[in-house]
Amino acid sequence: MQQAATTLRPPASGTATRLRGGSGGDVVFEWMCRVAGVFVLILLGAIIIELFIGALPAFRQFGLAFVWTELWDPVADQYGALVPIYGTVVTAVLAIILAVPVAFGIAFFLTELAPDWLRRPVGTAVELLAAVPSIIYGMWGFFVIVPVMAQVVQPAVIDTLGELPLIGFLFAGPPFGTGILTAALILAIMIIPVVAATMRDVFSTVPPVFKESAYGLGATRWEVMWNIVLPYTSKSVVGGIMLGLGRALGETLAVTFVIGNANRVTTTLFGPGNTIASLVALEFGEAGAGSLKLSALLALGFILFVLSFIVLAISRLLLRPSAKGASA
Amino acid sequence: MSQTANSVPKPSVGTGSIGAMTARSGASLNEARIAIRNLDFYYGTNKALKGIDLDLPARQVTGMIGPSGCGKSTLLRVLNRMYSLYPGQRAEGEVMMDGQNLIAPDIDMNELRSRIGMVFQKPTPFPMSVYDNIAFGVKLHEQLSKSAMEERVEWSLTRAALWGEVKDRLSGSAMGLSGGQQQRLCIARTIAVRPEVILLDEPTSALDPISTLKVEELIDELKRDFTIAIVTHNMQQAARCADQVAFFYLGEMIEVAPAAQLFTSPKQKRTQEYITGRFG
Repeated sequence: MQQAATTLRPPASGTATRLRGGSGGDVVFEWMCRVAGVFVLILLGAIIIELFIGALPAFRQFGLAFVWTELWDPVADQYGALVPIYGTVVTAVLAIILAVPVAFGIAFFLTELAPDWLRRPVGTAVELLAAVPSIIYGMWGFFVIVPVMAQVVQPAVIDTLGELPLIGFLFAGPPFGTGILTAALILAIMIIPVVAATMRDVFSTVPPVFKESAYGLGATRWEVMWNIVLPYTSKSVVGGIMLGLGRALGETLAVTFVIGNANRVTTTLFGPGNTIASLVALEFGEAGAGSLKLSALLALGFILFVLSFIVLAISRLLLRPSAKGASA
Repeated sequence: MSQTANSVPKPSVGTGSIGAMTARSGASLNEARIAIRNLDFYYGTNKALKGIDLDLPARQVTGMIGPSGCGKSTLLRVLNRMYSLYPGQRAEGEVMMDGQNLIAPDIDMNELRSRIGMVFQKPTPFPMSVYDNIAFGVKLHEQLSKSAMEERVEWSLTRAALWGEVKDRLSGSAMGLSGGQQQRLCIARTIAVRPEVILLDEPTSALDPISTLKVEELIDELKRDFTIAIVTHNMQQAARCADQVAFFYLGEMIEVAPAAQLFTSPKQKRTQEYITGRFG
């Protein structure tokens, strides 16, 4: 490379100096980028190690049983992670179930149905929603959604779905307004923009000629979407959903506002619960340095880290081959 | 090429050889299946078709030639309302078929597209099996029993001269077929819906010569039952396949005539210049 630059040097030596100076800057830039890249790795590794070291006393004390022990009793210094793990997984999965159909509708609308003048404003609004801080969602959830749930939705559902056999137990209990379902609802609203934006992007990667071929056979917009676009983009769509799931797993503040913060497992979706992130945020201040409680909280953090990592890894795995499939 | 054309007056070497290839001496055209009258088309404010008048004779092949951007593909996209998918594109005028104006706003486009099928420049097999590629379009319009569907798939693949090559791999992915096979699959998929009119938009431009030949033979065979319009950049192909040829230039239809006539004795100077290779 360097040699090529010398042999190709133009007669005017001033230009050559500038060329060499340019490549010197290149080296500096390259090293800056390299350091930044390595820094990420070091940071990630440091966090994992620190979390694990901090969590070690709790893991030593309770063993693997920590993961499936329900009891969380700071007074007796007994800790188990089942309640927050259960709450985290249930709220996140419920949020996905609620969010995906809506996000799909938004993406479908934006790519296939919306008139041109509406696409940009709605698309921007979706992106703006994704940028709203979670504390806003939390307060809004507490002051708007919770009363609506308590006064309208939950009584109505308890009287109808709650009466059904088999699934009735899911909707039993007093209508507090707060609880697992409300938390899932807020989470769903929070992740809809992320999932919708991803879906919109992957839907628009389908070559128009494929859609036109299907339209050319007399297919309706829905038939084209369901039979051509979705199979074509399925992997990327699932990847986008996983990104949303990852966000739902780690969300803290908005959930803390509305989930009820009770450390027990309830089968009813109206019952209060807790998530890992919410529990850690609430109890961190009361955990003394070096205490077993602090260690248990760090262990919870470590578990959340592992959960998020698994979700992220799955989404990456699903997102990767789709690029190849799309070009084939 | 252009020198030869300059020195030799009409009919030039180029046109002569094309004319010699057309075996279609019978210049009689059937009555119109689709009648296009005074058709204008706009991409936004850009007028892409200007006052087109053209008849597509029933059960015959109409070839559309002209340089890139002349509006011939646009015309196909008007006929099956493909343009309606895109906001900002609109057509004005008349495209009459069975007493209906196809570009009227109240036309059922899904039904229309089942009557006017389209095959594109690039093969576009759907990411599913060979069988499902054919069955997909049929299922949109008809409820067939399993055996009737199998019959329909075999019928359309046979008509598309593909049955022998794929009958043992119907459940295999259509993506695994060769380019020529994929294009014939797309033709089979189109005729499986049993349309009345088939629009072919440069159907062989992505194919090798042997596959091209097969598709051309297929077009010849299909016109017994279907009215066909084919857009092509290849004038020999237009001469070989078409009964009637229309020459487009800058959004206007310059000339339309039976194929032999258009290639041997064009009436318009621009047509002659184009088919002798002086521009375009």
